[in-house]
Amino acid sequence: MSQRIPVTELTGGFRDRAEVALADGQLRTNFRTAMDSLMKKRADAFPDEDEREGLRELGNRIKARALSRLPDLLEQLETKLTENGVKVHWAETTEQANEIVHGIIRARQGSQVVKGKSMVSEEMEMNDYLAERGVECLESDMGEYIVQLDGEKPSHIIMPAIHKNRRQVSKLFHDKLGVEETDDVNELIQVGRRTLRRKFMEADVGVSGVNFAIAETGTLLLVENEGNGRMSTTAPPVHVAVTGIEKVVENLRDVVPLLSLLTRSALGQPITTYVNMISGPRKADELDGPEEVHLVLLDNGRSGAFADAQMRQTLNCIRCGACMNHCPVYTRVGGHTYGEVYPGPIGKIVTPHMVGLHQVPDHPSASSLCGACGDVCPVKIPIPELLQRLRQENVKSPAEGPKVKDGGAKYSRKERLIWRFWQTLNSSPVLYRLFLWGATRFRKLTPKHVGPWTENHTAPVPAKRSLHDLAREHLAREHLARNGGQ
Amino acid sequence: MSARSNILNKLRTGLAGSIPRPDDFDERLVTEPWQYAPEDRITRLRNLMEAVHTEIHQVHSDNWPDKVAAILAERNLSNLLHAPATAHGQKLAEYWPKSGSSAQLLAYDRPVEEWKEELFWQVDASLTGTVGAIAATGSLVLWPDRHEPRLMSLLPPLHIALLKASEIEDNLYAMMQRQNWSAGLPTNLLLVSGPSKTADIEQVLAYGAHGPKELVVLILEDA
Amino acid sequence: MSELFYDAAPNATRVAPERPGPRQYPAKPREVILFGTCVVDLFFPEAGLDAIRLLEREGVRVHFPEGQSCCGQPAWTSGYASEAREVARAQLAILDAGMPVVVPSGSCAGMFRQHYRELFADEPDTLARVEVLAEHTFELTEFLLNVCRVDWQDLGEPTRIALHTSCSARREMNTHLHARELLGKLAKVERVEHDHESECCGFGGTFSVRMPEVSGAMVKDKTQSLMTSGADEMVTADGGCLMNINGSLDKQQQAFRGRHLASFLWERVSGEGKA
Repeated sequence: MSQRIPVTELTGGFRDRAEVALADGQLRTNFRTAMDSLMKKRADAFPDEDEREGLRELGNRIKARALSRLPDLLEQLETKLTENGVKVHWAETTEQANEIVHGIIRARQGSQVVKGKSMVSEEMEMNDYLAERGVECLESDMGEYIVQLDGEKPSHIIMPAIHKNRRQVSKLFHDKLGVEETDDVNELIQVGRRTLRRKFMEADVGVSGVNFAIAETGTLLLVENEGNGRMSTTAPPVHVAVTGIEKVVENLRDVVPLLSLLTRSALGQPITTYVNMISGPRKADELDGPEEVHLVLLDNGRSGAFADAQMRQTLNCIRCGACMNHCPVYTRVGGHTYGEVYPGPIGKIVTPHMVGLHQVPDHPSASSLCGACGDVCPVKIPIPELLQRLRQENVKSPAEGPKVKDGGAKYSRKERLIWRFWQTLNSSPVLYRLFLWGATRFRKLTPKHVGPWTENHTAPVPAKRSLHDLAREHLAREHLARNGGQ
Repeated sequence: MSARSNILNKLRTGLAGSIPRPDDFDERLVTEPWQYAPEDRITRLRNLMEAVHTEIHQVHSDNWPDKVAAILAERNLSNLLHAPATAHGQKLAEYWPKSGSSAQLLAYDRPVEEWKEELFWQVDASLTGTVGAIAATGSLVLWPDRHEPRLMSLLPPLHIALLKASEIEDNLYAMMQRQNWSAGLPTNLLLVSGPSKTADIEQVLAYGAHGPKELVVLILEDA
Repeated sequence: MSELFYDAAPNATRVAPERPGPRQYPAKPREVILFGTCVVDLFFPEAGLDAIRLLEREGVRVHFPEGQSCCGQPAWTSGYASEAREVARAQLAILDAGMPVVVPSGSCAGMFRQHYRELFADEPDTLARVEVLAEHTFELTEFLLNVCRVDWQDLGEPTRIALHTSCSARREMNTHLHARELLGKLAKVERVEHDHESECCGFGGTFSVRMPEVSGAMVKDKTQSLMTSGADEMVTADGGCLMNINGSLDKQQQAFRGRHLASFLWERVSGEGKA
């Protein structure tokens, strides 16, 4: 590919990138400030715990119901959309999806695409694919526009440019667009507005994502604050929506709680500025709106996750980003460290099905399993439980047949032997006490350096006597006292 | 095999032996926390919308065009896009010569392709109706059609929306039910809850990202 | 939910379990088992002994089965389920005496109450015993507060402390609430909040050695916020967090330290000064 993105080009794995990110004070501050603010906004948006929990439970059930009928609902969605005049396409891979989108653009002899925010199009690396074929594909969400202008990828699924501060954006606009530098965020936004409005007007095709696809009515629902989503789906003569197959819900009423959960969890807003519900192309007598509307349904590993009832729960995700906002790891290393489209806790559990565990072998371990993500997930995905499951798949030997794509990426005979030894020690009372005896007795021999532990800590020195010893002695005394007193 | 059948087959295999989960949607969860006495609905709507920089005026259903003229005059705007085929558009057009306003009335009466440049860059303001509003979230419901096309509420920097006080519902669920949305939706149904905004730079709120910089709602008290 | 819709097929789409109601607590028993936990056993044995003393002070006889070792958590969180299962099986054999099991560590208690179910999901007979153990497992502060219903006189000098709660304990056992309430019973102890109090200290078991860069950044932040909280010391009911936080403070050559909550409590209510 011609325009590879610098951040994903970094060699090494998660740990190498984390080290770089952790040393970047500006980045640390940008993320900490932003995540603190987002956490507070969410908390303020759910003042009533019972209301919040009831809604989360409902959200979970709605998604589970949809998944339990997913193939039927996809067919119903297709039928309804077709009746409404929308053309539906299916893609198993991102390559297929890109071909479909490019085919639609080519049929219109299009050369300019303007894109509303879409994580699925990031999965597809659509911008690069189209650029290589002479089609300009411009991001129009302010944050996405900023990262695209800087040759980067989003570092957050809701706030793509959250890793940058205003000075960095100002410098970028100055360098790339030739405008004067300014510290005024309003002015910076107006620069984006003017530049992009021209693009909305000229674009041949508008591309968007979908937040919820409603099977009952054949409707694509999109949420946004900026109006770029409405622009992309209304102004150009063709609208192509791309979405994952898990985004379908059964009924229109199902979106009422999901919408509330989404905007409150993501941004702490009761609702976004715009909720854009598209049920077809321009009708014969209408004066605007696209003449063609297409929906591309992308699998890209989702059916693999679906095949496993436990991992199927990853498909509940409504892409609110609350898990990353609350993640102490994400807050410190930022989105780019994950090196994939979806960062943070949700990224760790959805990415393996898309790219295979061998591509992201450290992701399942990059969590203290603190559980903050699972606590805030609006559709109650048990994220820690699924990370745990992936850790198991990660260390399986080939003979054990890992069940997740490219599982066994972290299989190591040596490590397995260590845990076997640990098992033997801890399931044999005699051996365990022998170990305690040795560890306490030879405590002075504790090495000064104990692997990575002593990078951050001094070496822990065992106590002089174990609790086993202290308790035995104490309880014997107690016993004597009690019996002696009788 | 097509991508479609491959995907559907894989999904069906994944579900083998299981049955669909029941529809146990509990509507109380989305209605009960969001109910208001009729006299409180406007207050709730105002509070929420004003919190996101919406300007709201409660006006008499007879003389609202006065207010429109005043709003344009305050801002010194030179034109207003309206929908002549709608009742409110007609009313405005009838009143306009008497208003003394210097703003020119424009009509969205031809396909967007025929006047894109003008529509995108030269229209200062627009006036549209609404089909109601939602108190719980502070949202207007727009139902664009042939007469009042989609871009009317999006392109001009100032969008003025008319809302009948009697058409404010408690919550989205109630609105869907009352208007029976599932029986048929327009090409593009919209909930609009303020002027366009973004917080993409340092989470600092900035209004007028891509859509209107200003949203003015005229709540029409019944005559 | 209607029985008609109950779907137990292995392929059935899962829904989140219903939110559990508040835990119902039994009357104070005459005897309990103390599960010391491996970290306390080897590194903080005094805390285990203080837990025994606190329980005995309430008139509860404490048993300490000699065969106990580790709850199995390190292997479980590392993905080595079968190794964890065999260690869990050994504990189960010792702990299912029908007596309450008191654990001076929330995450190990959480292991018994939550994760043993997952470990033994395919063994119905064992699972029944696991359910009994889950029902009988109590984190120490929870047990003192809600089962013993302690009523304490604070014999210590006025002090300010920061409370750190392990994440799994917070989320699986609500121990932050129990510990706060217990500390609230001590008249001369002021609990001060620290910045990002609910955030993880970065321990996460083997996370701290698999991801030392990230874990190190987390514990650095945690120790910073503890030191700037205005507290005289930190208390926690979790040995893992304690080892992490104190080890980091020591590495940073700071004087500030954390202590196991059991030791702190025993000092306050027994009047025995810190050794």
